Amino acid sequence: MGSGIVSYGVYVPRYRICPRDIGKIWGQDGEAMGRALNITAKSVPAPDEDAATIAVMAARRALMRVDVAPSEIGAIFVGSESHPYAVKPTASIVSEAIGAAPHLTAADLEFACKAGTAGMQACLGLINSSNKNIPIDYAMAIGSDTSQGAPGNALEYSASAGGVAFLLGHEKVIANVELTMSYTTDTPDFWRREGMKYPSHGERFTGKPAYFKHIQETAEKMMRSMGTGPKDYEYAVFHQPNGKFPITIGKKLGFKMEQMENGLITPHIGNTYSASMMIGLANILDKAKPGDRILAVSYGSGAGSDGFHIVVTDEKNGYALEKSPLVMDEIAHSIPIDYSIYLKYRDKIKMEGE
Amino acid sequence: MGVARYWRQQDQRYNLRGARCTICGNVFFPSRMMCPVCHRRSLGKMEKYHFIGSGKVASFTIVHDPAPGYRSQVPYILAVIELDEGDMILGQIVDCPPSDVGIGSEVEMVFRKLSEEGRSGTIQYGYKFRLK
Repeated sequence: MGSGIVSYGVYVPRYRICPRDIGKIWGQDGEAMGRALNITAKSVPAPDEDAATIAVMAARRALMRVDVAPSEIGAIFVGSESHPYAVKPTASIVSEAIGAAPHLTAADLEFACKAGTAGMQACLGLINSSNKNIPIDYAMAIGSDTSQGAPGNALEYSASAGGVAFLLGHEKVIANVELTMSYTTDTPDFWRREGMKYPSHGERFTGKPAYFKHIQETAEKMMRSMGTGPKDYEYAVFHQPNGKFPITIGKKLGFKMEQMENGLITPHIGNTYSASMMIGLANILDKAKPGDRILAVSYGSGAGSDGFHIVVTDEKNGYALEKSPLVMDEIAHSIPIDYSIYLKYRDKIKMEGE
Repeated sequence: MGVARYWRQQDQRYNLRGARCTICGNVFFPSRMMCPVCHRRSLGKMEKYHFIGSGKVASFTIVHDPAPGYRSQVPYILAVIELDEGDMILGQIVDCPPSDVGIGSEVEMVFRKLSEEGRSGTIQYGYKFRLK
């Protein structure tokens, strides 16, 4: 019996700011920056949204598409680098808000942009070891973030907000996860210390020794283990800190643009961090047919990469996709804002009494 | 609102949980111990009822003088929503300018931050609405 994705739901805040409007404030050519990063806009959370509200919306949408009672979910893991509390779990808020509480285990994860996929692996572990001692038939992994880039920093062009929830199990599986592998090292490419509002970059480590090396190692090891090559996959999706890196690594691994274009979401809404690769995978699943093979590889700074070899099953034909919004619906529902509204919504203005 | 009082209302605010009278079938939000139609006959015969969160705007107002914590959302919309299953509730409509809202506009529930107890206190979450 296989295990894998039973359902999924996506949520992207509606507000958008474009690179031109960010660059204008900081004396930079924002349009050129947007072209260099392959980003046309980034999503911005409303002032009453955070990683918890986004996670709840994604989780509810995942449950709308499938006949699984919330009380059947035995574990919820929420991956984020922007959990609203330093101490008090986002996962317990989600559990209560989707009606899964109280008989389940729940925890928050953090691993930069790959905490959501680490959650998927934890869920798969619980499901695959399910027996009378660990009676967990369904588990939910969520990647949700409202990431921040310091004003004027290059990250400000890409750090966005969004969330994806994957319900995993071994019944009603629409996409089997046939293999998952990871690659982890202690690499100081990107970090944020406790209490600091904005992250820092270890410039020399960004790119080659971090993103590219970790994804390449994971993808190649996955394909060696499965006895597959790039041509054996209908789709490939990689973590996308910008719209350029995933294309570069995909081509280096031997994938063609037509295999990767459905997974490329960052060009439309920026880097949703923990949701980044997962939202690309969700867009692929919106379109995929039974038998399609997907190679999905995440990356999180610090640094690590999780890979998934996924095969879409016949269950996908009867899956109630229409019961909640598709990724492209979420991208299309957008409200443009300028930099001053962006500052206000992202809580960057010091108010009276603060 | 105090932490304990809010915690007691969590199910209501997170999941739009009200009550249904099993005698006449009327639904109520927030939850009630007794049906105002069936009176004491309904005692012990009220059950929990989960509203799906879909409805229409029955009336609305545009707030320019905000409640504490809502300064960044001005002007914002407060509306009386007629829920599909019956009963009416007051809620904020988000993610649109006031000019987009009218009486009869169809709305759906979203999960949002309602308030927070300063920078170090708890964050309160619950239902708001947005246009379908």
